[in-house]
Amino acid sequence: MDKRNLQLDDNGQLRHFLTIEGLKRQLLIDILDAAESFSSVTEQTVKKVPLLRGKTIVNLFFEASTRTRTTFELAAKRLSADVLNININASATSKGETLLDTQRNLEAMHCDMFVVRHAVSGAAHFIARHAAAHVSVINAGDGRHAHPTQAMLDMFTIRHHKGDFHRLRVAIVGDILHSRVARSQIHALSTLGVEEIRVIGPKTLIPPEAHTLGVHVHHDLRAGLRDIDVVIMLRLQHERMLGAFLPSEHEYFQLYGLTEAKLELAKPDAIIMHPGPINRGVEIDSAVADGPQSVILNQVAHGTAVRMAIMAKAMQRLPSPPARELH
Amino acid sequence: MRVRISGGRVIDPANDVDGRLDLFVADGRVAALGRAPDGFEADLVIDAANRVVCPGLVDLRAHLREPGHEHKATIASESRAAAHSGITTLCCPPTTLPPVDTPAVASLIMRRAEAAGLARVVPLGALTRGLDGEHLSEMAALKQAGCVGVSNDFHAVDNPLILSRAMEYAATFDLTVFINPQDPRLANNGTVHDGAVCSRLGLSGIPAAAETVAVASCLALVERIGVRTHFSLLSTARGAQMIARAQHDGMPVTADVSAHHLHLTENDVLDFDSQCHVMPPLRTLRDRDGLRQWLSRGTIAAICSDHQPHEADAKLAPFGETATGISALETLLPLSLRLVDDGVMTLNEMIASLTVRPARILGIEAGDLAPGRRADVCVFDPDHYWVLNRDRLVSRGHNTPFLDWELKGRVTHTLLAGIPVYALKPGD
Repeated sequence: MDKRNLQLDDNGQLRHFLTIEGLKRQLLIDILDAAESFSSVTEQTVKKVPLLRGKTIVNLFFEASTRTRTTFELAAKRLSADVLNININASATSKGETLLDTQRNLEAMHCDMFVVRHAVSGAAHFIARHAAAHVSVINAGDGRHAHPTQAMLDMFTIRHHKGDFHRLRVAIVGDILHSRVARSQIHALSTLGVEEIRVIGPKTLIPPEAHTLGVHVHHDLRAGLRDIDVVIMLRLQHERMLGAFLPSEHEYFQLYGLTEAKLELAKPDAIIMHPGPINRGVEIDSAVADGPQSVILNQVAHGTAVRMAIMAKAMQRLPSPPARELH
Repeated sequence: MRVRISGGRVIDPANDVDGRLDLFVADGRVAALGRAPDGFEADLVIDAANRVVCPGLVDLRAHLREPGHEHKATIASESRAAAHSGITTLCCPPTTLPPVDTPAVASLIMRRAEAAGLARVVPLGALTRGLDGEHLSEMAALKQAGCVGVSNDFHAVDNPLILSRAMEYAATFDLTVFINPQDPRLANNGTVHDGAVCSRLGLSGIPAAAETVAVASCLALVERIGVRTHFSLLSTARGAQMIARAQHDGMPVTADVSAHHLHLTENDVLDFDSQCHVMPPLRTLRDRDGLRQWLSRGTIAAICSDHQPHEADAKLAPFGETATGISALETLLPLSLRLVDDGVMTLNEMIASLTVRPARILGIEAGDLAPGRRADVCVFDPDHYWVLNRDRLVSRGHNTPFLDWELKGRVTHTLLAGIPVYALKPGD
């Protein structure tokens, strides 16, 4: 099997966006800078730029998702691309067609980009590995593996509020084991050079040998929150839990639920993030979710611009970088 | 037919033979070593100068896919691949469709192998009926039909009482019980080793403890029952260490390891390479080194191929949805020779782990070249470098992570009961 970085073309440019792992810091910064430019597009009366006019983008969703699919659709439309939304569970594969056959049929219709969501880790890699030469693949979440566009919009949100990554301490709390978002966030935060990444949760929800990902592992939320600048709360992914992981949501909330009292242990200006959907009273208290330190809705707002930047970059259609320098 | 294999280095670990000797074969048997028997006139002379002449290899575990999965491979197609690889005896697990739980299926497999005439195939019978883990199979009948042992493969027997009874019943007929040690509850439908790579890729993990827990519980039963037990496909250093302890305590246990577990690790799965999707999973570098060490000490007696040919589509899916296994007959000898180059074992020990030791585990006449024994012979050039590519694979399965690897050691001739079943063509 070809072991080159599947995401880059022969000139080292981004072709597919499958995972943050292995991407260079400058590339991530380029994406964040481009997203700044695209943010202004979404505020204009005519919310469109013609960068991807004539291109066809397929939202190939093998797993139910409304919010992520909608932001990808919106991003593609704002880049003037034509968009197809395909709910695979209701179509070809339910008739026995293989993933590869589905992909080849769509390629035969001259599609230019696949935005893929799939319940199996590595599915986006598989599709990218078999993609026709003119096709780009964006990973919109594969199993427990990666959700790199979500991580990038989280980075965008952090930069928006904190500016400099280098002196930040970031805590990711909850179901790290089953979270593709957490894996992508960890790679993104590492690449962007934050001072410290902590993962906090019970041993049942922390991946084996998590330290090899470059994080500090805490099982005590209170200790883990000390001197933290950014707190990222994660949802308990019951749908991926095979077997006993927790005794009850009640005990989980007691130990790992973020309340105002526990938040006081973090830095006073710490921001609270959550990739959503949030479960109030399970991983986060409403007072915190809706409180002054919460930037959860900002994350949602940033989703379109960041995805526009990634789509444009993968199709080599990025606008000139803005004058702004990253710290 | 009379064959003279001349000028080769004959290595027969079963009889402590290692020297430049001529080997004489007549009427399917080894006629003599060294000096020709009186009046011997060869019908065929094989020049084995600069080559090794050893017993035909005995592979403890090769899935041949017939009956039931002929779209992947057949006994004839895989026997041909075996002949190309110097393998003269293939032991196949009972996981055919239907499983080998009746004499009829066992007989069918052996008849098809005889008809192909390229390798001897000995089946393992099912330990439980339909591999269901609940009802004992008719082991006496299976033995009579030619099964050399009984196994439930990876279809674990969940209930220890039933496993205990099955072991007792097998012991009644002096049948070896083959165990694939993996606790299914701890394995939890995982696809890779539960470690750093699994964390990175977000794949579901199988902890090393799935193996060691199964080894431990099985050893507790062996200790009580005394049944001869063979542990197939060890993947962890700790599992091998536990076997070593049991052997030290005098328990009748043996073990094997696949050639690929001696070379690959969990890191080879990075990039979601489905060719490295195997069961048990590839483990850590420490495990790989540990397995090598326990092999060199003889605790692990044999190297097997764990040959699992697949049709191309079986590996064309996201990693977790692909079939497990490697097409491995043709890399068995070269990968084992690589262990000699790596200093893990001597050439003699390596050959023993592919011949006499697996033959003894199976309790069959094979793996040795003493005069009078059946003349299953492998001749190979230990210094021949070649690159494994798709065109060279004889097996119907082209699923191997070793494509494009430069391998050392090429089989030039294979004799099955004195009959040449393979000869390397010049320039091949």
